[in-house]
Amino acid sequence: MTVEQGIFLFISFLILFSGFMMVTRSNLVHAALYLILVLFGVAVLFVLLNAGFLAVVQIIVYIGAIAILMIFAVMLTRGDVTGEAITMNSVFGWGMLLSSLFGFALIIMLGQWPAVTSLAPALPTGWNELVEIGVAFLSPQGFVIPFEVASVLLLAALIGALYVARAPKKGE
Amino acid sequence: MSFWQDPVAVIGQWILDLLISLNLPEAWVTFIYTLLGVIVVASFGLILVIFLIWVERKVAARFQDRLGPNRAGPYGLLQTLADIVKLLTKEDVVPEKADRLVFNIAPILSMVAVLLIWAVVPFAPGWIGTDLNVGVLYIAAVGSFGILSVLMAGWSSNNKYALLGAFRAVAQLISYEVPMLLTMLVPVLLARGMGMVHMVTAQDTWFIFLAPAAAVVFLISSIAELGRTPFDLLEAESEIVAGYHTEYTGMKFGLFFAAEFLHAFTVGVLFAIFFLGGWRGPWAEQAPILGLFYLMLKSIFGYFIIMWVRSTLPRIRIDHMLAFNWKFLTPVALALLILTAFLDKIFSETALRIPVLLIANLVVLAIGYVISSAMTRRQAKERVKFKKRPVAKPA
Amino acid sequence: MPLSWYLYLAAGLFALGLFGAVARKNAVAILMSVELMLNAVNINIVAFWRYLAPAEIGGQIFAIMVFAVAAAEVAVGLALFISIYNSRKTIAADEINLMKW
Repeated sequence: MTVEQGIFLFISFLILFSGFMMVTRSNLVHAALYLILVLFGVAVLFVLLNAGFLAVVQIIVYIGAIAILMIFAVMLTRGDVTGEAITMNSVFGWGMLLSSLFGFALIIMLGQWPAVTSLAPALPTGWNELVEIGVAFLSPQGFVIPFEVASVLLLAALIGALYVARAPKKGE
Repeated sequence: MSFWQDPVAVIGQWILDLLISLNLPEAWVTFIYTLLGVIVVASFGLILVIFLIWVERKVAARFQDRLGPNRAGPYGLLQTLADIVKLLTKEDVVPEKADRLVFNIAPILSMVAVLLIWAVVPFAPGWIGTDLNVGVLYIAAVGSFGILSVLMAGWSSNNKYALLGAFRAVAQLISYEVPMLLTMLVPVLLARGMGMVHMVTAQDTWFIFLAPAAAVVFLISSIAELGRTPFDLLEAESEIVAGYHTEYTGMKFGLFFAAEFLHAFTVGVLFAIFFLGGWRGPWAEQAPILGLFYLMLKSIFGYFIIMWVRSTLPRIRIDHMLAFNWKFLTPVALALLILTAFLDKIFSETALRIPVLLIANLVVLAIGYVISSAMTRRQAKERVKFKKRPVAKPA
Repeated sequence: MPLSWYLYLAAGLFALGLFGAVARKNAVAILMSVELMLNAVNINIVAFWRYLAPAEIGGQIFAIMVFAVAAAEVAVGLALFISIYNSRKTIAADEINLMKW
């Protein structure tokens, strides 16, 4: 077993374990902290996949912003921060059946696909992902329109979130 | 290359030869060699803290017309060691209803968040933990662990002052991250690369001459990011006891304390790398040990400014803190980023590059100051109307 | 390391996220589970990019788009939950029945 495979196995164990803990904990702050562990593990996987830029962005966007927002939301909507009596809703059993069926179906289907055992080809020589991403995002032949649309989406989400979450004024 | 010019390269080569002569597999040699590098860089940071706390106490004492620590050892140099012994022998108290695991991880995480930054600091030519091509983004990413540690500490203590401190801290740290990241992008634009080594080698003229306003905004928002006076609302002792680390005792408190000091110095180091040319100086290329000396000199200068601000200014109010960020620092940082992008592209190869950028920076700073002070004055006028409250009179 | 390792891991993570999204009661927890599923998709996208088309940058671009959409989704979702909590004092998903009768 190479060092890389060892790291992968360790990280995938961490991801699956924390993911499982995240969906089963009744304490929501703990669930959010486990979510952060999952996100961190995914960032490590990105590094293993030679996508360093994505790994760093994953940590900035997910751990630095989304996860902290989550913890904030948990604390702002408390009353039941520490230990709700019932964590799962009434269709809990169906959910377990559905998701495990789905997971097994995916795994079986993956096993029948021939390309699944392929190994990673070498990256092209002189590969610089920062330059590639920058050019792809800003060239008209590349992804400039999705990029602009994403920025508009973020702006709309920002304004919408501000408007929705604003405390209602008196007499409204 | 003799030992005195570049001790790190010589010792590193010696260890590498030793490991190879042990006939280990190549992957393990790389692993052990990297691990040793991590240990050396981290220990350097941790040992530096002992010295930094002494410096800080001495300088703060001089600002306040005192002597500072002067009993333990020559010039009080061993005072910090004595403090460490004291902290280690204290009882380790965990509040009864605290969330034990989270409570214990938080101080470690706060130290880790700072030490991780040192992985990409270029100390001298060739002396760097790892030269990531996304070095600047990496620093921003690692900073988010610091916020996380504060939030974890505040929540797990099960103490309302700790939680209030954590909320304040997150509000402040997330807000001030915006101008800090925007001004970190200005040197990236000027250097045309995000790698930290590239950043240093690109500074034929120090970037402080090309982007003085960006340097000022970066320093201010970094001080806020540190949570030091005048931005120490997260541990304002007269309002919320000690903020997020109220419940911590002994060495766990010591870790938060040490992390803050090391972070302050790290900000000095980053300031030196982004704006003061890093290790650049006469003969630094020939003798890397001189480069380390220059970097430390510049970092101490940045650190001294932070200490100076700390001992001079009083704490600002929380609404002023947020208004200062969103109404002054962030617009100025945005304007600087856009202006720098345009002007640096237009004047990149000409002799006008330095004067044009310098003047543009100063103009942006001046306009921002005028607008924000006008706004403050208008608000001050408006606020007078609401002050017609009966004043308590002594009987 | 074959491609299958990443795909199996992503399948497992996606199933976990699906379970959380269907079975959790608290709306914030449901949002977290959705993040789990998005991350599983991102692992897949980046793994496909690395193993099948490393010369095309498109794979990474799609992952970045997923980041942007996830951030927008979380911002709006959490704002909605806080707003609902302010008016109804609960964010249990099966008690929010504003739009059904």
